[in-house]
Amino acid sequence: MLVQETIIKKKSGWIAVDWRELFRYKDLLWFLTVRSIKAKYAQSILGVSWAVIQPLFSTLVYTIVFGNLARIDSNGVPYFLFSLVALVPWTFFSNTLNESANSLITNANLVTKVYFPRLVLPLSSVFSKGIDFLIGFMLLVVVLIINKQSPDYNLIWLPWLLVVLLMTSLGTGMLLSALAVQYRDVKYALTFLVQLLMYAAPVVYPTTNVPEVYRMWYALNPMVGVIEGFRSIFLQTMPFPYTWVIFGSTVSVILFFSGLFFFRKMERIFSDVA
Amino acid sequence: MRKVIDVNGLGKKYRLGQQDRKHETFAASLWHGLTAPIRNFKRIRNLSSLERESDSVFWALKDVSFNVEQGQVLGIIGHNGAGKSTLLKILSQITEPSEGEVILKGRVASLLEVGTGFHPELSGRDNVYMNGTILGMTKKEIDRKFDEIVDFSGVEKHIDTPVKFYSSGMKVRLGFAVAAHLEPEILIVDEVLAVGDLGFQRKCLSKMGEVAEDGRTILFVSHNIAAVQALCTHGLMLHNGQVVYQGLVSETTRHYLAEFESETGDFLSGIIPRQGLGKVRITSFEVENVNGESLVSTNSGADIFFAFQLTKDGNDAMDEVDIGFSIHSTEDDGLLTILYSSYMGRVFNLTDPITTIQCEIKSLPLPEGKYLVKAQVMQRGDVLDFPTKGVGYLEVIDGDFYGTGMKSTRLTRSKPDFLITGNWKQL
Repeated sequence: MLVQETIIKKKSGWIAVDWRELFRYKDLLWFLTVRSIKAKYAQSILGVSWAVIQPLFSTLVYTIVFGNLARIDSNGVPYFLFSLVALVPWTFFSNTLNESANSLITNANLVTKVYFPRLVLPLSSVFSKGIDFLIGFMLLVVVLIINKQSPDYNLIWLPWLLVVLLMTSLGTGMLLSALAVQYRDVKYALTFLVQLLMYAAPVVYPTTNVPEVYRMWYALNPMVGVIEGFRSIFLQTMPFPYTWVIFGSTVSVILFFSGLFFFRKMERIFSDVA
Repeated sequence: MRKVIDVNGLGKKYRLGQQDRKHETFAASLWHGLTAPIRNFKRIRNLSSLERESDSVFWALKDVSFNVEQGQVLGIIGHNGAGKSTLLKILSQITEPSEGEVILKGRVASLLEVGTGFHPELSGRDNVYMNGTILGMTKKEIDRKFDEIVDFSGVEKHIDTPVKFYSSGMKVRLGFAVAAHLEPEILIVDEVLAVGDLGFQRKCLSKMGEVAEDGRTILFVSHNIAAVQALCTHGLMLHNGQVVYQGLVSETTRHYLAEFESETGDFLSGIIPRQGLGKVRITSFEVENVNGESLVSTNSGADIFFAFQLTKDGNDAMDEVDIGFSIHSTEDDGLLTILYSSYMGRVFNLTDPITTIQCEIKSLPLPEGKYLVKAQVMQRGDVLDFPTKGVGYLEVIDGDFYGTGMKSTRLTRSKPDFLITGNWKQL
């Protein structure tokens, strides 16, 4: 019989991710995700419909404020569609960021009592927000059909955009959650940081409003490529923005891996400082 | 026998909290306030960096080495702060050691808390799966054992009710039922047995006994010497972060009790500093339970007796003898309470050379901790005897003070000085 052997000792430096162990805990990941979804909508009248209401109402408000009152350019498509297409991925990003950054603190009671791969916690935030994203995405599809908008051939890039979106949210989330355990400032800063970040991404305005000289710098924000990519695919606001997507992809890969390794490095001390 | 746990030179250090300096002038405190973020940053960063040796570094464990063979049930005992919990946390991989290593052979499950991961909004069923997977079971395993778990817990009827509507006892039973069905090769258990009602505790003990007979190895940490004796085959005694004794369970508990008694016995034996006229002396102090058995430690909420043995000089009877005791915190020597017999309207008449005076304390309102008991004998305003160093320690372990199964130390982060109960009502 094969005996599983565990060696416990002080680790130092950068630690690789134990994918096999992570896979063994897939059921925990599943139940944590189910727990957070069920717990969130328990005793709520509208339940999962909140996943539709949230982007829909934000879009309405932005359409009134930025589209009708401030008359911000929307690349020739109705402002409502323009902002909804951006808000669906953006909501996923900001919700995932919020939840995964706090995932270790809210689950401090688990971290200090049981061993399991800690990566499960931010991952489960991504999964539970992923469900909201899927619902939001279906809403988007319905709205697009109603408005007789169809995607063009660039649809083939959509999976890649989703990967970039995922890596950006998860990477930033892991980075912040590892920091937040030790420095609670992260938790307080995050709420308004997410608000500020929204204006640093082309959610309520088009990238074409950013002066040309700054656009390359601006595109270093991975959400620029993702949002403008979405708009190009579904609304044909512009030719597919390859450069921005490449810029954003590079940054998102860097974010993801630095987040992952920073998380692994800090993981050792979570239970001592949580 | 096969070695399944091999601990070698294990050590763990923690940083102690440092106190902020106090400031005399407004300008100084203003400057102090402005520079606070920088200081905070350094302090918080240092929480995790223990590289620099200094006074604020504290070794919770140092040079701990021992082996456990397959099938042994090892009871780990020691006073508060001996390092038991730290050792457990390292063995269950919750925290990593500062030095040394541990080799574990086999699947490990650790149980440091009952019902970890329970969410109040979810049903009992969901929480069984949640808790089970957190403890390392797979969904398949839980599916297979689900009926057995529910049956063991005795909450069948409410399995689809959100756990927030459960009584605390039901929650504990459900949590324990999950834990009792783990099938690891090495099981690490903290004092979780100290919760739940007595009948259920016994059921769990015997269930865990079965586990041990299957050739599984168990590490069990407890304050409850009786439970350790009943359950364990071997014992390990920790003191100040070091192993002071390892052997068969009977030997280890004997060692523990002997050591503890020597610590309390020191107070009143030999020549000790005393004040007072000396016509009567306190010659022994015991903490006893309802059956008159002397206790090494007691629980919050327990009914206990303080027994003072008084030895009188000469043959004359003495009347109006008033005896009192005070309880002090051992952390800062702060006075917590004083009770003289005269407060309760009692004074004593001593006729025999040796008399024992007893004071019954109902539902001990002290949280977990070690306390110093001092005592003084008075007669009409004169001090007859006052051993200035105190008469003994009172070791209190978390108990069912509220009568609801809730443990006071698990409810709040900071430790209260004393406990109260109250009747809550909605008007």
